Amino acid sequence: MSMTDISAPAEKLGMRAWLLSEIPTSRRHARLSTLYARWLILRGNSMSMFGLGVLVLLVLSAAFAPWVAPHSPVEQILSNRLLPPGSEGYLLGTDTLGRDILSRIIYGARETLMIVTLIAMIAPVAGLFVGTLAGYVGGVVDIVLMRITDIFLAFPRLVLALAFASALGPGLENAVLAITLTAWAPYARMARAETLTIRNSDYIAAVKLQGAGPFRILTKHIWPLCISSLIVRVTLDMAGIILTAAGLGFLGLGAQPPSPEWGAMTSYGRDVFLSNWWVAIMPGLAIFTVSLAFNLLGDGLRDVLDPKGGGQ
Amino acid sequence: MTDTSTTTSAGANTSDAQPNHGRELPGFVLTLIAIAKTIGSLSVTMLGLLFVTFVISRMSGIDPVLSLVGESASKETYEQTYRELGLDQPILVQFWDYLLGVLQGDFGKSNLTARPVLDDIKRVFPATLELATLGTIIGVVFGVPLGVIAAVNKGRWIDQVARVIALVGYSMPIFILGFIAIVVFYANLQWVNFGSRLDVWYEGVVPTVTGMLTLDAILDGNWEIFKNAFSYIVLPASLLGYYSLAYISRMTRSFMLEQMSSEYVTTARVKGMSEWAVIWRHAFGNIKVQLITVIALSYANLLEGSVLTEIIFAWPGIGNYLTTALLSADMNAVLGATVVVGLIFVCLNIFSDLLYKYFDPRAK
Repeated sequence: MSMTDISAPAEKLGMRAWLLSEIPTSRRHARLSTLYARWLILRGNSMSMFGLGVLVLLVLSAAFAPWVAPHSPVEQILSNRLLPPGSEGYLLGTDTLGRDILSRIIYGARETLMIVTLIAMIAPVAGLFVGTLAGYVGGVVDIVLMRITDIFLAFPRLVLALAFASALGPGLENAVLAITLTAWAPYARMARAETLTIRNSDYIAAVKLQGAGPFRILTKHIWPLCISSLIVRVTLDMAGIILTAAGLGFLGLGAQPPSPEWGAMTSYGRDVFLSNWWVAIMPGLAIFTVSLAFNLLGDGLRDVLDPKGGGQ
Repeated sequence: MTDTSTTTSAGANTSDAQPNHGRELPGFVLTLIAIAKTIGSLSVTMLGLLFVTFVISRMSGIDPVLSLVGESASKETYEQTYRELGLDQPILVQFWDYLLGVLQGDFGKSNLTARPVLDDIKRVFPATLELATLGTIIGVVFGVPLGVIAAVNKGRWIDQVARVIALVGYSMPIFILGFIAIVVFYANLQWVNFGSRLDVWYEGVVPTVTGMLTLDAILDGNWEIFKNAFSYIVLPASLLGYYSLAYISRMTRSFMLEQMSSEYVTTARVKGMSEWAVIWRHAFGNIKVQLITVIALSYANLLEGSVLTEIIFAWPGIGNYLTTALLSADMNAVLGATVVVGLIFVCLNIFSDLLYKYFDPRAK
């Protein structure tokens, strides 16, 4: 009788109990339960959860833009131009060409998401590759690669991105490329530092004795250990990257009209902001919200994944 | 942006810690080696910067010959100019020529102003320097005390306020905050001027000494012009100062927290020292060196960050020059401005590194 009483809730909580169990039964179990424990810590940080919520909202509005947006992002109704926020049917007002700002912001989530995803996929991976290679191989390779990294680190990012974007020609892809070229170097430095501490550890020696080649050691035994600090760094960097991309868009070097990229949208408001502030401010607030969300989430992730790196 | 520079200095520190051959070298030799290393790494970085800008100029789809001779030039004229520009030479020879030119201060001519790029930069740079300097002063004057107060009151409301101020600074596009500031302080409150550096009728009254109008006015003792120039610069400088404050206050806070949790602070308290003396004389005294490094980095970032600010405020500095050149495909001017900003950025980075080494006995 008492046995069933205890086992019934245990079955209900089966998944949770399995994840929280102290003795892992398999490699996958250990990995999942670590992940779950970290998630529990992160969940306790309400600011980070707010950040995560905003980012989920960003993804959702990008995915369901045609269904969520009240108007078309490009349709121009000139009789409705420069309507203030709160006008009927136009919650956030309209811009100089009579387009609904809310709909453009919702569609613009796609551009923002694309910029963020592309850069987050390219720059850290390139940095990881260069950094671990330099750290593991050492010698001349290390010196040369790190010199190149230092050169890119020493550049003022926005100015270099400006020069790149202007040489490549305006456009979203080129803006992404320009930012990536200026963004990979810090990751390389970080990955190298991690590699140097890992390189001479016993378990690497053990793997070597088992006959693993340098490629396998790098990809299977060094990269996984660099990932968590890299994720923290990427999340915190995303805010800066979004701001740089918005700056390029604002200067007309990012996405081209009629694209509803947020930075480009603010530049429409430049000439009219003294009389019609909302044209620039509304997309600007969207940029602010997403960049804030990355900062908040990054802070939380740092506390979870890299407690010693935090200044809190 | 800011993190990048921190990593640079950290990286430089580790690479300099290598020579340890067991025997002691005399102090001045070590200093000479350190100087040589600094110069070496500076020149390698500059060479890299020049190479990258050179590559950028070759990547651009703009035909330098066509932009000089015009669409209607004959084939002969085109080919002659092509040769005069050295474009028929191998690419490395072209880079060498470019390098020699830059070392002699020759960045070519700007298509837009028809003047040597370096002259243009000399003319516009003081405006940027003035803006960034005032911005850094504002950032330090408000950011450092804010950081200290936040650290001392860790977890209380004032710490939260400081955190929000910094978070907004880290997350808000500078041009949006600039728009808001202009609408509030210029259009509505009418506290400041906007759109230039000085009222038209005041232009050229004060002799140009530094090119920084507020400083020139002080040197000349002309307070009317100082007031006018100040009414123009105060808003953009405060804007930049805010971003500098966000960074400086966060760094100050974390440096202070580190000190406040150390044992000598407890000892000082146990000895019965007043809290004020513990905080300002002991803990703050020990973070000065780190703080100087952070301020130098923040200054470098402001010089770069002023690009967008200058555009919103129509401030005739290097950022405005660069963007105007960008939008009119004036490649020489773009590269010249990029190289100059890059050079200053790199130098300030290295300068902050040196400061750190000079003042911190542990780094010696």
